[in-house]
Amino acid sequence: MKFKFWGVRGSIPTPGPTTVKYGGNTTCIEIRTDDHDLIILDAGTGIHALAQNLLKEMPIQAHIFITHTHWDHIQGLPFFIPIFIPNNQITIYGGIDPITNETINRALSVQLQYSFFPIREAQLNARIEYATVKPGVPVKVGSATITPIILSHPVLNFGYRIDCDGQSLFFTGDYEPQLNIYNPEDDEYAEFQSFVDEKWDEVVLAMKDVDALIVDSSYTNEEYASKQGWGHGTYDSGIKLAIAANAKKLFFTHHEPTRNDASLEVIYQSLLQNNPKSRCELLLAQEGVDISL
Amino acid sequence: MLNSKNEKLITLVEKMPAFPKSVQQVMQLTSDINASAKDIVRVIECDPVMTVKVLKAINSSFYGLPQKITSVQRAVVHIGMNTIKNIALGVAAMGMLKATNKANFNTSDFLLHSLTTAAISKLLAERLGLSSTQCSDCFVAGLLHDFGKVVFAEFMPDEFKLALEKSKDQQLPLHQTELEFIGLSHSQAGKMLAEKWELSDELIDAIAHHHNLDPSQNVLKDCVFAANQISKQMQFGDGGNPLIEDFPEAISTRFGLSLSAMCEALGDLAAVKTEAQSFINV
Repeated sequence: MKFKFWGVRGSIPTPGPTTVKYGGNTTCIEIRTDDHDLIILDAGTGIHALAQNLLKEMPIQAHIFITHTHWDHIQGLPFFIPIFIPNNQITIYGGIDPITNETINRALSVQLQYSFFPIREAQLNARIEYATVKPGVPVKVGSATITPIILSHPVLNFGYRIDCDGQSLFFTGDYEPQLNIYNPEDDEYAEFQSFVDEKWDEVVLAMKDVDALIVDSSYTNEEYASKQGWGHGTYDSGIKLAIAANAKKLFFTHHEPTRNDASLEVIYQSLLQNNPKSRCELLLAQEGVDISL
Repeated sequence: MLNSKNEKLITLVEKMPAFPKSVQQVMQLTSDINASAKDIVRVIECDPVMTVKVLKAINSSFYGLPQKITSVQRAVVHIGMNTIKNIALGVAAMGMLKATNKANFNTSDFLLHSLTTAAISKLLAERLGLSSTQCSDCFVAGLLHDFGKVVFAEFMPDEFKLALEKSKDQQLPLHQTELEFIGLSHSQAGKMLAEKWELSDELIDAIAHHHNLDPSQNVLKDCVFAANQISKQMQFGDGGNPLIEDFPEAISTRFGLSLSAMCEALGDLAAVKTEAQSFINV
């Protein structure tokens, strides 16, 4: 299995000279099985450059797994050029929103409306299918098995584990580990904490022993103090997950949009200094770099 | 015939509004970006309609959870606070239950009965030394045990009015007169809805059998049965049923006390009533 980041930025694209090294596109990860089957995690703006790269291998079969429907994870869907070209087959996977009861087809159809986009859904020439995934229920794509788990975010969000060719990868999507909503002096604190601990164990089990763990690490601890409940993790919460799950490589992604290459590297150096004996290799997600597991 | 009537009821209940105070509080808390999660959870936990909507969402087959979830707090950990908040907001958008309806069923008195039954049911569970999770489940079971009545009041007010009147005039159990006029008792309606919403088996059983005097293994049901009688004995609110049942032998054995002895043993429950009222009075 190989993979490549095409988008590593959180919330909004950040093009410009200060983000050239790590990249400014929103979330998109390309995964290739040893048989060259194509799995794409999220369709942020990074999917546009991936699409350009795919033009030389048309027709394609692509399996796009959407972690959640926040804009920065679906915004590139209408610009995924293969959807306009006949003989391509594209399957888009996602959950059912518990509030709207809408399935993942809405992520595309809502964008392909007259006021927002010049092309109608009916005019797409590729064969597009939508599939609803359920937590804990694995999906097969060629030699890969993709297993979703719900991870806490302000909208339904799936983390996906991909097991393939004897290797494994886990991507959290956007994820803030659940905090206790009660204060230690509240009667409900202990019981709620037991629910939180139980969920944590479930999450760690879902990413157990992966070769690559890709986590939403938007914030430093200092930043997080004023951003609790926003739905994103920290560098340290990522490290804590990686250690608990015994991950081999940890990739920090969803770089905060005001963070430039230099500030990312300052943070990275301090992470290396603070975790000198970590058995897990710490890495910053960077666009355009091929990673073989 | 009955089946099509039940199907219609299930559809109607989807649009059921919640209680005025909780609707007001949810609107207020969800407009405040700094509102605390625990305050929102507390409001949902004290409104049967909002609680049911959250449990229905989390227990739907989509999530395929290995165990049914019976508490709002647990639902928060599984699908996230913002989703729970938006479920409550969705319920609030349906409007609010009116204090009076064509059935002459007072929904404030009903809610006071439900909330005090819930709180007492939890107290009883604590007396039995049950786990904190089971104690919370007893609260939920108490809150939802009479859910069918408010559904009748909202969607079958004419028939329910006749059932309420006959029950009061002739001092008959309400579930008996409901059968006569509606063809379905509130416990049967509650069971049907709870099954449709895929709630936990213990919760369905507690709702379905909270008037059943036969011995059962379900401690949730026993706590609700006992709490229901205690709430009525204390005249906390009014669920429309004038009759108070003594504890049958199985219940007395479970708690080691009769109804009157239990009322005495629990001491002053004024605080239970006051706290419940704080979730009712607009």
